Amino acid sequence: MDLILLFFIFTLAGFLGFELIAKVPSQLHTPLMSGSNAISGITIVGALIVGGADDGSWVTSVLGTVAVALATINVVGGYAVTDRMLVMFKKKGSSKAGNGGAS
Amino acid sequence: MNAETRDVLINSAYIITSIMFVIGLKMLGRQSTARQGNILSGVGMLVAIVVTLLDRQVVDFTWISVGLAVGTVIGLACARVIKMTSVPEMVALLNGFGGLASLLVGAAEYLRIRGGTVAPEHPVFTLTVIALTILIGGITFTGSMYAFAKLAGWLSGRAVIFRGQHLSNGILVALTGLSGVVYVAAATPEVKLLAGALFTVLSLVIGWTLVMPIGGGDMPVVISMLNSLSGVAACAAGFVIGNNVLVVAGCLVGTSGVILTNIMCKAMNRSLANVMFSGFGAAPAQGGSETADGQSLGEARPISPGDTFAVLEAARQVVIIPGYGMAVSQAQHVVRELGHVLESNGAEVRVAIHPVAGRMPGHMNVLLAEASVPYEQLVEMDAINPIMPTMDVAIVIGANDVVNPAATRDKASPIYGMPIINAHEARTVICLKRGKGAGFSGLENQLFVMPNSRMLYGDAKGTLQSVIAEFKGLETA
Repeated sequence: MDLILLFFIFTLAGFLGFELIAKVPSQLHTPLMSGSNAISGITIVGALIVGGADDGSWVTSVLGTVAVALATINVVGGYAVTDRMLVMFKKKGSSKAGNGGAS
Repeated sequence: MNAETRDVLINSAYIITSIMFVIGLKMLGRQSTARQGNILSGVGMLVAIVVTLLDRQVVDFTWISVGLAVGTVIGLACARVIKMTSVPEMVALLNGFGGLASLLVGAAEYLRIRGGTVAPEHPVFTLTVIALTILIGGITFTGSMYAFAKLAGWLSGRAVIFRGQHLSNGILVALTGLSGVVYVAAATPEVKLLAGALFTVLSLVIGWTLVMPIGGGDMPVVISMLNSLSGVAACAAGFVIGNNVLVVAGCLVGTSGVILTNIMCKAMNRSLANVMFSGFGAAPAQGGSETADGQSLGEARPISPGDTFAVLEAARQVVIIPGYGMAVSQAQHVVRELGHVLESNGAEVRVAIHPVAGRMPGHMNVLLAEASVPYEQLVEMDAINPIMPTMDVAIVIGANDVVNPAATRDKASPIYGMPIINAHEARTVICLKRGKGAGFSGLENQLFVMPNSRMLYGDAKGTLQSVIAEFKGLETA
C-alpha cells in the first residue's frame, strides 16, 4: 500500500511540475534553473538518514557523510547563487521608477 | 514523544516543505516575486533538513554534522566568489554533486540491506529502484562534470565523435543493463555485490559518453536536461528509502526540467534526440562560407574601432545582439556604457536576446541585469525581427549561431530551420569577434562574409572601450 501511495504522489507531482513551469518569461530561465537545481538537493534528506544511522559499518557512514556534504553544497550553493542573481534583477527593476515589477 | 507521533510530526513537516517548494517554484516564474519564491523554497528545505534530524533512524550526529558544516562552507564560498558569467559552470557542478549524492544514498542503502540493518518490505522493488538511483545519479554526475569541464574551458567544446560510437554505446548500454539485472536477481551475495559495483562504474561511464558527442552550442539543452535528471535521481532515491518529500521535490524538478529542455529544443528547432545523438558541430567544414549552390560569398572585411565609431555616430537605430562572447570577455558593463553614449548621441538602442544565446537558458539576461542594462532596452527575438530592416546598425557581440543566416536559407547547414535574430537584415552589421575561425559550436558563420557586414576583431571589451572613448572625445570637443 505504501508503494502505491508513493506512485500516486509521484504521478501528481509530475503533472504539477509541468503546470508550474509553463509560461515563464525567458529572462527568468537561469534563476529558475538554478533554483530548481537547489530543490533537487532534497536528496540531502536521504543522505542524512543514511549517514546518521547506526549500522556499525563505517562504509555506510562514510558514504552517507560524503553524500551529506555534496547535497549540502548543492542546496546551499544553489539557493545562494540564485538569490545573488535575483537581487540583480531587482536592482535593475527598481533603478527605473515605476518599472520595478510585473512582467 | 513516542515513535508514532514523531513520524506524524516529521511527515507533516514534509508536507509543509512540499507546499513551500510548489509555491516557491510558482513565484520563481514571475519577476516581481522571484526572489521571495527562492527564499520560500530555501526555508522549505531548511524545515525538511531540521525535521529529518528528528527521524528515529538518525542516531549518530557526529558525521552528518561534519558533512553539513563542510558542505555549507563550500557552497557559500562558491556562490559568493563565482562570476556571473560562470553561472552555467556553477549550475553544472552543483547539479553533478546532487546526482552523486543521490547515487551514494542508493549505494549506502544497498550496503545497509546487505549488512542486514534494513529489511525492505519488497526486496526486488527496492533493489530495482536502487539500481535506477545509481544509474540516473551516475549519469547526472559524470554528465554534469563533463559539461562543467567543457563550459570552464578545461576540455574542448567541440563534439567528440569517433567511428563505431553508436556501436560502442550500444554495447555499453547492453552491459549496463545486464549487470543491473544480475545485481537485482543474483542470489549469491558476492555476485550481487560485484554486479552492483560493475553497474555503478558503467553508469558513470554512460554519463560521460552521453555528453561527449554534444557540441558546445547545445549546452543550454544539456544543462536543462541534466538538471531534470538530478531531480529524477532524487525522486528515485525517495522510492529507495520510502520518503514522500524526496519523491515530490525530485519529481517537480524532473518535470520542470523537461519543460525547460523542451523550450530550448524548440528555440533551436531541433528534437532532443537530434541534440543528443547527431554529433552536431563535430565537423567544422559543414555549411561553411558557401551557399547551397556552392558559390563563395566572399571575404570577411575588417573594420577599425575608429571607423566603427563613425558608423555608430551617424546611426539613429541601433540593436545590440549579445552572445557567449560577451560573457567570455566580461563585456556586459561596457555594453551598458555603449548603450548610454549612443542614447546621448540621439540614437535609439535595443538589446536583442536570442532564447539560446549563451551557455544556459536566460544566461544573457543575468549578465545584462548584473550590468544594470535598462530593462526597457531588452527585446526578444520575435519582437526585433520584424523591425530589423529599419535598424541602421546591428552590433553582434560574440554571438554566432543565433545570427547565422545559413539557418534560414542553407538547407545543407546543420542549423537549417533554427530561428535566428535576422541581424543580416540591418543596414550595417558590425560583428565583434576575438579572432578568425569558427565559434564554440564549430560552424562557420555566413553573416561574417555578407556585403553589409564588418568584422571588428579583438577582445570585445577592449574594442568597445576604444569606441566609447571616441564618443567621449566627441562630447568634450
